[in-house]
Amino acid sequence: MKMKLITGAVAAAGLMAISATANTAHAGTLDDVRAAGELKCGINTGLPGFAFTDDSGNWQGFDVAFCKALAAAVLGDTSKIKYVSLTGKNRFPALTSGEIDVLSRNTTWTFSRDVDLGFTFVGVNYYDGQGFIGRTKLGVKSAKELDGASICIQTGTTTELNLADFARDNKIEYEPVPIETNAEARAAYEAERCDVYTTDASGLAATKATFDDPENHMVFPEIVSKEPLGPLVRQGDDQWADIARWTLNVLINAEELGITRANAAELAKGTDNPAINRILGSEGSMGEMLGLSKDWAVNAISAEGNYAEIFDKYVGPDTPLGLARGLNALYKDGGILYAPPIR
Amino acid sequence: MTDQAFHRSQSEMLGERPPPANSVGVIGWMRRNLFSSATNTLVTILSLVLLWWIVPPLFNWVFFDASYSGSVGADCVGHGACWAWLDQRIDQFLYGFYPPESYWRVNLSVILLVPALAFVLFDRLPGAKYGRWYSLAYPFIAAILLVGGFGLEGVTTDKFGGFMLNLVAGVAGIALSLPIGILLALGRRSKLPLIRWLSVGFIEFIRGVPLITLLFVAVIILQLFLPSEVSLDQLLRVMIMITLFASGYMAEVIRGGLQAIPKGQYEAAEAMGLRYWQSMRLIILPQALKISIPGIVNTFIGLFKDTTLLIIIGLFDILGQARLLQTNQDWIGKVDHETFLLAALFFFVICFSMSRYSLKLEKRLDTTRR
Amino acid sequence: MTAGSMGDISRLWRDERSRGVIFQLMLVLGLALFIAFIVSNTIANLQSANLASGYKFLKDTASFDINQRLIEYSSTSTYRRALVVGGLNTILVAALGIAMATLLGFVAGVLRLSPNFLINRIVGIYIEVTRNVPVLLQIIFWWVILLALPKVRESLKIGDTIFLNNSGISTPAPVFLEGFSFVLIALAVGLLGTFVIARWSRSRQAATGQTFSVGWTSLTLIVGLPLVTFFAAGQPLDWNVPVANRFGRLRGGVSITPELIALWLALSVYTGAFIAEIVRAGIQSVSKGQTEAASALGLPRGLTMRKIVLPQALRVIIPPLTSQYLNLTKNSSLAVAIGYQDIVSIGDTVLNQSGQALEVISIFMGFYLTLSIVTSLFMNWYNKRIALVER
Repeated sequence: MKMKLITGAVAAAGLMAISATANTAHAGTLDDVRAAGELKCGINTGLPGFAFTDDSGNWQGFDVAFCKALAAAVLGDTSKIKYVSLTGKNRFPALTSGEIDVLSRNTTWTFSRDVDLGFTFVGVNYYDGQGFIGRTKLGVKSAKELDGASICIQTGTTTELNLADFARDNKIEYEPVPIETNAEARAAYEAERCDVYTTDASGLAATKATFDDPENHMVFPEIVSKEPLGPLVRQGDDQWADIARWTLNVLINAEELGITRANAAELAKGTDNPAINRILGSEGSMGEMLGLSKDWAVNAISAEGNYAEIFDKYVGPDTPLGLARGLNALYKDGGILYAPPIR
Repeated sequence: MTDQAFHRSQSEMLGERPPPANSVGVIGWMRRNLFSSATNTLVTILSLVLLWWIVPPLFNWVFFDASYSGSVGADCVGHGACWAWLDQRIDQFLYGFYPPESYWRVNLSVILLVPALAFVLFDRLPGAKYGRWYSLAYPFIAAILLVGGFGLEGVTTDKFGGFMLNLVAGVAGIALSLPIGILLALGRRSKLPLIRWLSVGFIEFIRGVPLITLLFVAVIILQLFLPSEVSLDQLLRVMIMITLFASGYMAEVIRGGLQAIPKGQYEAAEAMGLRYWQSMRLIILPQALKISIPGIVNTFIGLFKDTTLLIIIGLFDILGQARLLQTNQDWIGKVDHETFLLAALFFFVICFSMSRYSLKLEKRLDTTRR
Repeated sequence: MTAGSMGDISRLWRDERSRGVIFQLMLVLGLALFIAFIVSNTIANLQSANLASGYKFLKDTASFDINQRLIEYSSTSTYRRALVVGGLNTILVAALGIAMATLLGFVAGVLRLSPNFLINRIVGIYIEVTRNVPVLLQIIFWWVILLALPKVRESLKIGDTIFLNNSGISTPAPVFLEGFSFVLIALAVGLLGTFVIARWSRSRQAATGQTFSVGWTSLTLIVGLPLVTFFAAGQPLDWNVPVANRFGRLRGGVSITPELIALWLALSVYTGAFIAEIVRAGIQSVSKGQTEAASALGLPRGLTMRKIVLPQALRVIIPPLTSQYLNLTKNSSLAVAIGYQDIVSIGDTVLNQSGQALEVISIFMGFYLTLSIVTSLFMNWYNKRIALVER
């Protein structure tokens, strides 16, 4: 009896030990990714439109698409990705410790994160801001009239701080109703546990779209914070930061130049437009300069398409989220999306 | 009985008369068990009201008014539950992101677990001698089946999820914590003061803090403790902390077993000239572990239920899968209660049957000792 | 090494006492090396990640709000104050939970042994269902149930003073005016008097067998005396009644959030089921002869339970009860799932804002360890007090 128990348990120690993977971090992320044959990409644990699983359990979404583009650019294969789902708490430690190579998890680019926590933000892939949604029957037209209201907020994010700042600034007394997840916050708001729900504007639009009676809810005009969301990497590996930064820029430039998922391979054979040729590798050697293959940009675009295609597929007007491009339109179209040229 | 009825004595015994109609059958049973006194009657009526208040609405919601078909949440109409998602998502609830073509590997490890457990829990099985070797080998078999190797395609641990993740975390946690728990229990009863203090300190620390704080350590700071070249798998770090957590409780269960062994056994072992480890291995532990089994099973039930905390640190156990579905655009707001209810049912079935088993075992062990 | 020293060592090893010392020294050395390894890694990692360490951040401004606070707090307070608010919230829900779980557990444990088939089974189902479903799910369950209560504008109310809705319970808050201290003094006198009389009556009963109805006397002393003082002092008490604002929210008075109620109910119902089983086992451990002797003496069933069975059962019940209390306290950390702002929930936010993971988690652990130790000490003291006095 005892032998069986003891030895059985000792043997069980093998169970997890086998799955232990000791790998090296900080030795040059590009080499690590190549050696491992997979990109370790940190994503959200579930955010409509940005990171969610389809019916077969595959990760999809706006943030996930960046992982795919990056994996395609580096490894030439969108399936070679290890997705690591992270909460608001453990996303930064995971990046610091090398558990992930890149964090693509609707993370706001702020001074302290960039400087104090030692990360490098490679760009902005979604310009967001914190807003409020409330019932029309409240008779409130502006967030400044919320004195005395109960306000639902998600805990552990910058939203809590922004709300407190906004309230102090506008002399508003309110009851904060902190809630752990978006799903619960939505349920609480719908049950009228709170009068108003505040989160990123993209989330508000998405939430509003899912109500049975969207016409009875309104998003207030105030945007109380700037939330430039984008992917980030560890500080100190400039090559890797460049790869991530220019992969993002390729996607945005591709939209500007009309390169799509469908025509990328065709255009890569050579066109009359030198800008397109430089991106797609038929002129110059941009890929080699980054330490990647010549067709890195073709692969990145072929993964999920250019910026516009990704936007439309996951969060655009034809999706349940129904977000307008707004600030996220190209500078030519009235937005502020402006990627440096690839030359 | 005719005219003889008036005689004062009679030669034959009267036939046994049936008991009064109101003391037998359904009515008698009800009188005895439900309406024996005024208080009792009141309690019965209150209980009936309570049942009437809870049961019919619950059944209506869960079964009769429920929607069973559809491909998005909007297809669920009516006031009942929405079960339409079951078709598409039940696999993810059970297996997480495990590759569908390899589901058989998970199924097989669960099937193989049954005899492995049986040989540990039941004494008198045929072939117990070889069976024990099998129980011993099971963790390796399961590990190879689940993560791959020896010709099986590798599956990374980030694919583990759903109910399977709860099972893996619970079973591995308890199996790994057993040897540590034994050492800690022996340490706590050791004559060497330093060893005793260290054991007591560790056990009391583990039992004094909530599991969630240890899980935070696993996902947030454990990596800080390691050299920067070493990066441990997230699930592996979580398993380390779960194991340490379980071993604190395991140690106390086994200490209880050790204390129940009569002193004579220790003295006899010493008198035989056995050394400490010999006497433990041959005399004390076999007996102590045997009477500890119900406690170990209860520790397992507790740990298994606690594996639901994995959702708080962002792993996709069965609750994590439920939440994923709840935040899915197609289902948002429609399946909040249904998904959690299903998860609760899964846990109830397993934990309830295990607690029944442990109760039975406790009774059996109790009689053998007397 | 000479043969002689080899012999010395093997002799040392063979001697049990010196072997013990060597063994322990090796263990301590190993442990010290292990700790040194961890500390040096941590320092190196913190440096390479450019992270500051230490508890200085506790003095920084929190800049977030907390909806339930037992002490003064605003978004301009420090992190330390925020954590104290969270700690007090944990203690509050744990204390409420322990009281309710004990009550529920004792009632359910006694009812589980009731001769009434129906109630016996209903309690059985309650115990089995709640014990075998993860407590996290139960916390969410109660929260969902409370959300289904009437909305603020349709509150259930008692005379426009006490309101119940899905945003919680609001009741008037007492405002103590000048002179209320006399009432408190009267109450203290009443309590002291009751205590003295109870002692006297117990010793008289032990000596002469005569009973004295303590109940009525103590009621007069504890309730009557303060009441008389209250009126004599000119009713020095006012009520702050909750009033609905333009959102229908009730402000003023005392309000209890549904998150607190949900957590409280979930923890008490869950732990109550475990306590019920402990109580049942405790009652069953009292030998049947005791009950039979009591009924032979003519004691009614209720009195037998209170005076004969429970006091004896309590000795079996207290030790496992202690660990249930500890479990309840620890389980209250799951408050984070429904947004009750306990220490873990607030600490989470602090951790997120400051990035001081090591420090915040060490505060969590220190806090819970302290709570555990205090609870254990109290229960051990109580256990000693009621332990069988062997003569």
